Amino acid sequence: MLTYTLRRLLIAIPTLLFISFVIFMLLDLAPGDPLADQPLTIPPEVREKMRAALGLDQPAWVRYLLWLKQFFWTEPLHTFDVMFGTSFAEGGQRIISWQFRSPAMDVIWQRLPQTLWVVGLAYVVGVIIALPIGIISAYRQYSWFDQIGTFVSMIGFSVPTFFTGVVLIIVFAVNLHWFPSIYDTTLKVTDWESFWKQVRQMIMPVTVLALFNASQISRFMRASMLDNLGQDYVRTARAKGMSEKVVVLKHVLRNSLIPVVTVIALGIPTIFGGAIITEQVFKVNGLGQLLITAIYANDLPMVQTLTFIFAALTVLFNLIADILYGVLDPRIRYD
Amino acid sequence: MTDMPASKVDAALKPPRNQWWDVWDQFKTHKGALVGLIIFSLILFGVTLGPFLWRIDPTYVDPNPVNMLKLRNQGPSFAHPFGTDQLGRDLLARLMAGGKVSIAVGMTAMLLSLLLGTLIGVLAGFFRRLDGILMSMTDLFLSLPLLPLLLLMVTLFREPLSQRFGTEAGIFMLIVVAIGVTSWMQTARIVRGEVLALKEREYVLAARSIGTPARRMVLRHILPNVMSPIMVSATLGIANAIITESALSFLGLGFPPDFPTWGRILFDAVDQMQLYPLRVILPGVAISLTVLSVNYIGDGLRDALDPRIRGR
Repeated sequence: MLTYTLRRLLIAIPTLLFISFVIFMLLDLAPGDPLADQPLTIPPEVREKMRAALGLDQPAWVRYLLWLKQFFWTEPLHTFDVMFGTSFAEGGQRIISWQFRSPAMDVIWQRLPQTLWVVGLAYVVGVIIALPIGIISAYRQYSWFDQIGTFVSMIGFSVPTFFTGVVLIIVFAVNLHWFPSIYDTTLKVTDWESFWKQVRQMIMPVTVLALFNASQISRFMRASMLDNLGQDYVRTARAKGMSEKVVVLKHVLRNSLIPVVTVIALGIPTIFGGAIITEQVFKVNGLGQLLITAIYANDLPMVQTLTFIFAALTVLFNLIADILYGVLDPRIRYD
Repeated sequence: MTDMPASKVDAALKPPRNQWWDVWDQFKTHKGALVGLIIFSLILFGVTLGPFLWRIDPTYVDPNPVNMLKLRNQGPSFAHPFGTDQLGRDLLARLMAGGKVSIAVGMTAMLLSLLLGTLIGVLAGFFRRLDGILMSMTDLFLSLPLLPLLLLMVTLFREPLSQRFGTEAGIFMLIVVAIGVTSWMQTARIVRGEVLALKEREYVLAARSIGTPARRMVLRHILPNVMSPIMVSATLGIANAIITESALSFLGLGFPPDFPTWGRILFDAVDQMQLYPLRVILPGVAISLTVLSVNYIGDGLRDALDPRIRGR
């Protein structure tokens, strides 16, 4: 298991390098000049000098390596500095966002809490709803509960989140005035009143995302439970005279959670990047919204950094899911 | 032979039934799938033949400014059953035109992703030497953050492509290719698994023993037998592509404003949803109904094509 983990970690490095190279080249080959928004009155030779000052006259591979150095050396060192008050990263050139005129990572750290709160909470709520629904639907297969559950989960992943979000806004914000339609990120939770305000503005985005997540996870849970309920060991457990509760909630549930846990782990990176649309609908200024505005503003360093962070998280959680699968299920041994 | 009842003789003499009739029989028992098929056919019928019956140009704006201002933002009426939008364009005509584009994008992107997925899956499953590299490529694609990359591709390449091929054709191609290139991985994995299992069967051994070349082996013996998983992923692919296209349009990165798609109509209406909620609801319901019915068809197909369930 340890050698497998190590090997997977080693494979992850070239994967990440390849992805970073793809992202870098995609942006490099794309049309669009970083100096395009400078006034046309700048003489050509000055323009050339500005390009040289930005390092744009270097060949692509030099710029790629420099970017790698910025990303993997200067930025982590700077994070370390901030945490422990040291000054290792002194003088190192950080990745500067063009639209904010400040280091891209600083902006990302500012935006992270909103995303983690809204999208993370939605994921947790989604999982908490999905597991019992999946279990009951499988245990009472083809009952009315199962029929309704299947139908709702079908709707949950067929109706796009931008539509559910907009419908919720029309019903609860416009017509009923229960919740605000726009997420106020400047709100600071200091007392009960502001806490209640925060809860109210989080309800709708969390509901939309939780419904979407729950519909997918509950389908997996149901299928996995159904697979296990038909197994011989279930009959044996019943034949031994175990109570139905022990059979279902101990034997079957534990075994059928194995694939579901890996599915849940695989979904975690989407918490950071996948809620682009929901954040856009409710005007939550988290990471997804940051990416969209960076794309609109042609802010290449920010786009590169964000996409690469999303890619790194996806690779990491793929790895974690694979290893978890091996740890949880002793029948699976990677050689 | 003589004591066989006449009806049985008839049955024995009848030509053998095509297996697709069995599939259809099983499919019919899945109520949701049947309803889905009916609804999807109705939507398809509406968007393709509807414009011949409802002959208002979806991009027609009244040239007379006074008339245009009067025609804006109307509610449902006899002349405009779904009302008009912020420029006085007929919403019913726009919905039909938008549906045609959305469904065309969905179908084409699905075909492209199926083609890629089947090709890679069959190659990886059939030729042992290619397996390692193709499957690690699939894993690599699976670990990409797809929506951010899709957004990136669309923003970066929309200008040059729309200059070269014209706005509509260029963006259509771009969106179809972008969706196709980022959604083939599941199909490739499923097809590879099926091909690996089929390769061990005796009939493949028999075919190989009489010297069937690899190309004919794949086309005649392997591909027809992996049709069922391919068909299921085709339906799921349409649903996925329609949602992705409308999400792109919703983020303002899809088709240009004068070229309606369902996502674009919804996006245009969001600014005024407090005043005219109907304009948001209608395209949203159209997208949701289409995707829901396609997903139900996929569900029914999966059951119908599974020989373990069929005939039970």
